[in-house]
Amino acid sequence: MQDSQLAADPAGPGADPGGPQPGPYFGPYGGRYVPEALIAALDQLAAAYREAQADPAFQAELNRLLTVYAGRPTQLTPVPRFAEQAGGATIYLKREDLAHTGSHKINNVLGQALLTKRLGKPRVIAETGAGQHGVATATAAALMGLECVVYMGEEDTQRQALNVARMRLLGAEVVAVKEGSRTLKDAINEALRDWVTNVETTNYVFGTAAGPHPFPALVRDFQSVIGREARQQVLAAAGRLPDAVAACVGGGSNAIGIFAGFLADAAVRLYGFEAGGDGVETGRHAASLTGGSLGALHGAKTYLLQDDDGQTIESHSISAGLDYPGVGPQHSFLKDTGRAIYRPITDTQAMDAFQLLTRTEGIMPAIESAHALAGAIQLGRELGPDGLIVVSLSGRGDKDVETAARWFGL
Amino acid sequence: MNATVGAAIDRAKSQGRAALIGYLPVGFPTVAASVEAAAALIEGGCDIVELGLPYSDPVMDGPVIAQAVTAALAGGVRVDDTFRAVRELSPLGAPLLVMTYYNPVLRRGVERFAGQLAEAGGAGLITPDLIPDEADEWLAASDQHGLDRVFLVAPSSSDERLALTAKACRGFTYATSTMGVTGVRSQLADSARVLVERTRAAGAQRVCVGVGVSNPQQAATVAGFADGVIVGSAFVKLLVAAPNAAAARRDLSGLAGELAAATRG
Repeated sequence: MQDSQLAADPAGPGADPGGPQPGPYFGPYGGRYVPEALIAALDQLAAAYREAQADPAFQAELNRLLTVYAGRPTQLTPVPRFAEQAGGATIYLKREDLAHTGSHKINNVLGQALLTKRLGKPRVIAETGAGQHGVATATAAALMGLECVVYMGEEDTQRQALNVARMRLLGAEVVAVKEGSRTLKDAINEALRDWVTNVETTNYVFGTAAGPHPFPALVRDFQSVIGREARQQVLAAAGRLPDAVAACVGGGSNAIGIFAGFLADAAVRLYGFEAGGDGVETGRHAASLTGGSLGALHGAKTYLLQDDDGQTIESHSISAGLDYPGVGPQHSFLKDTGRAIYRPITDTQAMDAFQLLTRTEGIMPAIESAHALAGAIQLGRELGPDGLIVVSLSGRGDKDVETAARWFGL
Repeated sequence: MNATVGAAIDRAKSQGRAALIGYLPVGFPTVAASVEAAAALIEGGCDIVELGLPYSDPVMDGPVIAQAVTAALAGGVRVDDTFRAVRELSPLGAPLLVMTYYNPVLRRGVERFAGQLAEAGGAGLITPDLIPDEADEWLAASDQHGLDRVFLVAPSSSDERLALTAKACRGFTYATSTMGVTGVRSQLADSARVLVERTRAAGAQRVCVGVGVSNPQQAATVAGFADGVIVGSAFVKLLVAAPNAAAARRDLSGLAGELAAATRG
């Protein structure tokens, strides 16, 4: 296991049991349940990342790109008209929707694309569900002159056709995956097969804080800029730390990114909102933490949706980006330790929140992020007028206009 | 004690040849037909049979095997059907390895899975997505139940990892001939010979080669430097193409015979 320990997050407190951890394990979760053929590449990536973390030039270049290219820091926006429907609590949105390409995904891909250059590999591959990570990867590849192939479930290429076109315009090849459930899980399988075959020339730019070590720690660290900024901004705006931080959880990258900034603040409650689909009780959902059990999928031990034989159960959500039967291993750990609380949000609750934010604040969220907004409405009602909530608005809703128009019968 | 793969490989070696190991997934096209098909492999000359336990997310498998496995799952195949297949095939005498991704084992409970496999007459497991570093539970359970354990090595494996893996294996070490997933390839990569040599130098007692070995010519080449030849996708392709069960049996037995002849060099 040499070369596979990452240094602890230098920005984090380290001592908090729920806090930043280097991997490969988060309690009993995480690890590397992958073919041996990938181990050399994972070791190489972990080593390159550890060196990059200690290299001021790498950090300076990443920070420069996050500022002048991605548009960071993103704003923290108060939404009082929305909050009227949420028990009158004070609610701030961390505006990842305003980052370049329209979601938080750019934070991670800029870091991973720089790592790819550092590794000297000319080609990147990525999986994508809603298309946001695919678009972000295609964008970073265009910026840095890398060849880019994005795997996307065939069903997702249909429900997110706009993002398919964006990726192709950016010069990426988009491969529609026709295996299995033809969604995100199958796109990851196909990307892993590509990586096993082409690992010498190719870096896998993983989109969420799941998968084999070092991805859960690496993606968390690149996304932790969300939490670092949000903590400073809410202190400046409200003069105190929030009572609650809310984020949507599919694989869980925006959630772990904003949580990372508050993990050491024991009084700040962390809430992850999963895709409840038609309702967890119907079996048609993507709430791995609420309705799943311990297993190993896509390289990590974690909570997942599976049957008695350990076969993965297909997930269901109106949101392609949350439609995933697994979840990042650190979320599994945070659930078990109680440091974070995870709740399901149904399609209907998410779409109601989508409409409410759009109509009251003129901000159209991604349907993924609308799950966090629906959660914030619940939290606001629980906390009342004195409550202070920060919500990760992980992406904008342009890609979802067609789905939303169909939902509302427009 | 169930028949061990080490003994079967050593017997082939004493006859001046490499062992032939044939793979088929359980439940394709049906459980009964897959048992018959595996019997045809043994009849045709396979020394060891590798029974694939169908899994929903087979990341190490190319399209031929992945599609067969998907069809088997759609047909309702269960984990217990693999134990059933082992039980029905074990009287034929060839050691039976189950190839399985890790999650079905984890879900059943590693100790319980191992006990059921041993009880059914299985020889052990091939675990394509489990590396020895993560395998403490399986190492203990396989010791407890006297099961063989086959881990994979790849051309990208460092010498240190080859040594670690060779030490953890019992039966043989599975060398993947090339970087990639299972499937038929027209060319056998030179990397296979190098990997076998490196794996032996790292301490492996027996090294068998799979991934991309599909015809007698490739089998003969591999038999020249490895202890065993593993063929999977080529058999599955025949099974897919066969118009009926009798034809499947004949074709599978025929290819196994040609491959077995090729391993005599």
